[in-house]
Amino acid sequence: MTAFFNQWMSYDAAWLTATIVGILLIALPLMLSVAMVIYADRKIWAAMALRRGPNVVGPWGLLQSFADGLKVFLQETIVPSAANKGLFLIAPIITFTVALMAWAVIPFNSGAVLADINVGLLYVLAISSLGVYGVIIAGWASNSKYPFFSAMRASAQMISYEVSIGFILICVVMWAGTFNLNGIVKAQENHVWLFNGFVFNPLLFPMWVMFLISGMAETARAPFDLTEAESELVAGYQTEYSSMSFALYWLGEYANVLLMCALNATLFWGGWLPLIDIPFLGLFPGIVIPGWLWLFAKILFFFFVFSWVKATVPRYRYDQLMRLGWKVFLPVSLLFVVLVSAWLMYTRYGI
Amino acid sequence: MITVLAFYLFATLTVLAGAVTILARNPVHSVLWLIVAFFNAAGLMVLVGAEFIAMLLVIVYVGAVAVLFLFVVMMLDIDFAQLRAGFVRNFPLGLLLAVVLLAEMGIGIGAWSVGGIKLGTPDGSAPTGAAASNIEAVGMLLYSKYLFLFEAAGVLLLVAMVGAIVLTHRQRSGVRGQNIGRQIARRPDEATVNVKPEVGQGVTL
Repeated sequence: MTAFFNQWMSYDAAWLTATIVGILLIALPLMLSVAMVIYADRKIWAAMALRRGPNVVGPWGLLQSFADGLKVFLQETIVPSAANKGLFLIAPIITFTVALMAWAVIPFNSGAVLADINVGLLYVLAISSLGVYGVIIAGWASNSKYPFFSAMRASAQMISYEVSIGFILICVVMWAGTFNLNGIVKAQENHVWLFNGFVFNPLLFPMWVMFLISGMAETARAPFDLTEAESELVAGYQTEYSSMSFALYWLGEYANVLLMCALNATLFWGGWLPLIDIPFLGLFPGIVIPGWLWLFAKILFFFFVFSWVKATVPRYRYDQLMRLGWKVFLPVSLLFVVLVSAWLMYTRYGI
Repeated sequence: MITVLAFYLFATLTVLAGAVTILARNPVHSVLWLIVAFFNAAGLMVLVGAEFIAMLLVIVYVGAVAVLFLFVVMMLDIDFAQLRAGFVRNFPLGLLLAVVLLAEMGIGIGAWSVGGIKLGTPDGSAPTGAAASNIEAVGMLLYSKYLFLFEAAGVLLLVAMVGAIVLTHRQRSGVRGQNIGRQIARRPDEATVNVKPEVGQGVTL
């Protein structure tokens, strides 16, 4: 895209324009899809509870999220008088921004990535470790007890699960031999016979299961939504928030969930590669499913899994959550780092 | 052009955030400004091409260390009068530190025109090929030339970790621990009883 704009302007200006266009190309559809997946989430949840879900605004209730958005947009922003005003207002912005930032390195097709950097996966880890600040700052700046408890829980939970996510990612990186997400996707091509994806590998399949569960804990989705456990903490760190600042948390949360689904797809299920390379598919040259469609299909499938879990699994107790993170996932992922590295050492370099 | 703009943006913000870290009255604000400084320093690292170090800076310092700082500071019961009480007593020490830092900065600025630092091999050539990416270069060095130092650092961290656990672990008596395996293995038919007591009889459990 930079070369395209370079026809009319200097290289620097072309790069800047191309990057801004790229950011908009990712962020705007993402926001739209967040609105739609919120609707989908509610519909799936309702269907599993034998309810109808949103069905009034627009055909089949499709415009429900936009109606909600308009509603919160028109409401008054209330800042509690005891709150730390600046931080109180900046916290939802941090959550929202961080949720969008990590999308810069997700490859949508071969080479179709905003920032094709060497340290792509580390960038994702770095950005997801920033996500905790929106919650902590909200909890502290609200100057209220329940948000503070919630912030404590959230930060402990996110830090705990980041540790095991780190080890899981190390396994993937060792197998792929690169931190670049596009490279990781390419390394999954025909990984097991015709199947594209690390998940078909028996050594990495348990890692994927743990990554899925850790992803739910990392994004504080049910059954790990202890941070907003309404039976204990009112609405968690969002208790004091209203109007647009509340909506930013909402959007940020779902953007994070979509990001986790995208990471699941990219790291373990072959990203923009088709799930399976069928040789006779070449017989129909007219039918080529584009890569981004595969990625979107995988993301939506994992979003369905997230919703499914939310609808069916009861909430964890907090000590069980911590135990799962530190006493189960951490040792098991550490063991698999050793196993995977031993296997790769044996097969690639010899003993 | 963009890199120059980005450099001045990151550099200014790093310095400003560092200054406000010291000047802010509220310790929580100080920690948050410190995080801004870390983040912008990571941006500077990216600009000089050390993307691996930049990401580590964000993951380790911003993502873990500063969160723990924030934890501790948020839970403090801050008494501003008490904070300022030690000013006169600590003033000479602070002055000494300031003079030392100023001298270091003076030496640093004096070395401005000396030229690049010769890193790695004695003849000044890069220890690994310039073609290797950041992570490859670091890994190559860590697992060849600096293998023993690297492993020693690992052992040191392990000892520190075990030490921290030993120091904070205490065995309390009279506490019934959870047996997770038994809890998970429990099934409804052995955990619940269905009885039909006569009226007025009550139930023995």
